[in-house]
Amino acid sequence: MKYALKRILTLLVTMLLVSFLTYAAFEVISGDPAEAILGTEATPERLAALRHEMGLDRPFLTRYIGWLTGFFSGNLGISYRYHQPVWELIGPKLEITLCMCLVSFIIIAVISVPLAIWSYRFVGGPFDWIRTAFNQLCMAVPPFFTGILISWLFGIVLRLFVPGDFPDLHTDFGAALGHLFFAAICLCIPRTAMTVRMMRSTVIGEMQKAYVRTAISRGNDRRAVLNRHVLKNSLTSAVTFLGQTMAELIGGSVVVEQVFGIPGLGRLLVASISTRDYPVVQTVVVILAFWVVLAGTVADLVNQRIDPRLRLGGDA
Amino acid sequence: MLEIRDLHVKFHNRDREAVAGISLTIDDGEIVGLVGESGSGKSVTAMSIAGLLPRKQCDLSGDILLDGEDLLHAPRSALRQIHGRRIGVVFQEPMSAMDPLMRVGEQVGEVLRIHTGLTPAQRKKKVLEVLSAVELADPEGVYNKYPHELSGGMLQRAMIAAAIVIQPSLLLLDEPTTALDVTIQAQILELLKKLNAEKGISMLFISHNLNVVRKLCKRVAVMQRGLLVESGDTKDVFFHPQHPYTRRLIEAIPTRHGKETV
Repeated sequence: MKYALKRILTLLVTMLLVSFLTYAAFEVISGDPAEAILGTEATPERLAALRHEMGLDRPFLTRYIGWLTGFFSGNLGISYRYHQPVWELIGPKLEITLCMCLVSFIIIAVISVPLAIWSYRFVGGPFDWIRTAFNQLCMAVPPFFTGILISWLFGIVLRLFVPGDFPDLHTDFGAALGHLFFAAICLCIPRTAMTVRMMRSTVIGEMQKAYVRTAISRGNDRRAVLNRHVLKNSLTSAVTFLGQTMAELIGGSVVVEQVFGIPGLGRLLVASISTRDYPVVQTVVVILAFWVVLAGTVADLVNQRIDPRLRLGGDA
Repeated sequence: MLEIRDLHVKFHNRDREAVAGISLTIDDGEIVGLVGESGSGKSVTAMSIAGLLPRKQCDLSGDILLDGEDLLHAPRSALRQIHGRRIGVVFQEPMSAMDPLMRVGEQVGEVLRIHTGLTPAQRKKKVLEVLSAVELADPEGVYNKYPHELSGGMLQRAMIAAAIVIQPSLLLLDEPTTALDVTIQAQILELLKKLNAEKGISMLFISHNLNVVRKLCKRVAVMQRGLLVESGDTKDVFFHPQHPYTRRLIEAIPTRHGKETV
């Protein structure tokens, strides 16, 4: 119970801080939502009238608190640009982005752990440099570049999907998922390489530990040592890393959504920032903060399942 | 039953040989002590008997024969058959020698899983038997505990249980009591004596502590800088040490009234 309470409190504080900082950031940087709507040719009187209508002439803190009370009473506001309730605007885009991140995450989790264990065979071997080079390459190539390559190869040459033409997620789920799959691949390549690298060095470290010697002294072969002992002991750091990955995937999705023409949250966020669409930006940012804390919490809970020592002092 | 002939071990990254030609035999049912300060090569000797040295990083020569069978140059697959089944090993710090994420019972039964075709239920029965044989109260409770939930002394008992669950002919004990406090130390020594008497398991007991060795072993060998400087009946070595190094080791034993008399 104590653990849950602590987590919820962390979540609230994080979301509060992030939303405040975002609000403050818009206060500091130049740009004016009223001007974004009316255009640069608008007369000062019209701008002032619109600002008053939107409540932008009120002091900063009053506006922030207004937004905050709205948020907690379930009223996220109306988009300046689309004149639509924010939630209606964000909901469908959030679905798409979550789907993509989830597909990407599953690929990362399923591939990287066995790959790391497998790659331990080559430690110190003559071909290890090939693995290292490939790993570095995967980490270094930015997703937008692989995105362009994949779009060209699978979209234009092989015609497995139509770049820029995203099918509706609800009426054509299969095709939409197919489209997301290719985007998810370029999203997951660098993170997979990082996870493999991290997990591999954890495995190398674990193999030096005393319990491995004990396991060998009982007649375990190398494979049994890895699978029965080292794997589980290496898993907690991988889970923590995967939790961070889950959080970072959403950030990475912004670029990939642009390249693949996917109408997701990332694209909406970029567009809303440039038009100073405060209500939309605020909500998206709070959702992202929630996501980051949630991913960390899930990783913690999974680790407590794996390692009984982490359960001490918790409510398990 | 165990015969070491002119064993040399040299690690590639060291100039000096860790073990520079030692010969030692252990007879059936005997407990032999191997003493020396840290770095004297006693642990390396034990590790080469147990086949736990990284072969790619060191040069080995000589013979280690277990009932006439060569251990030093045996292929890994043959060694795996010997590990756990015929040679059990107990290490210094039970807390780090146990897998922290595996229940104690499962670790104690691991040798059975690897070397026998027993069903899980049969294995559990044997493990509970051996846990009570090492005088752990509440074997059932210990079985389901994780290592961090047990004290050092209880864990070392469990480690001994894991090493003898399949009745090996030789037990290698690498400083098994060093990490424990003195009362627990005495209890573990009593336990080892009992196991030796009842089950006839031969033991090689490695320690830097002559006092401990004296309580347990009939025969003792003293190592310094990779060489055996003295060996023989424990009482003889104690009362009539021939080598100056042995004398210094004996003098180093702390006593209540200056020099201890036995």
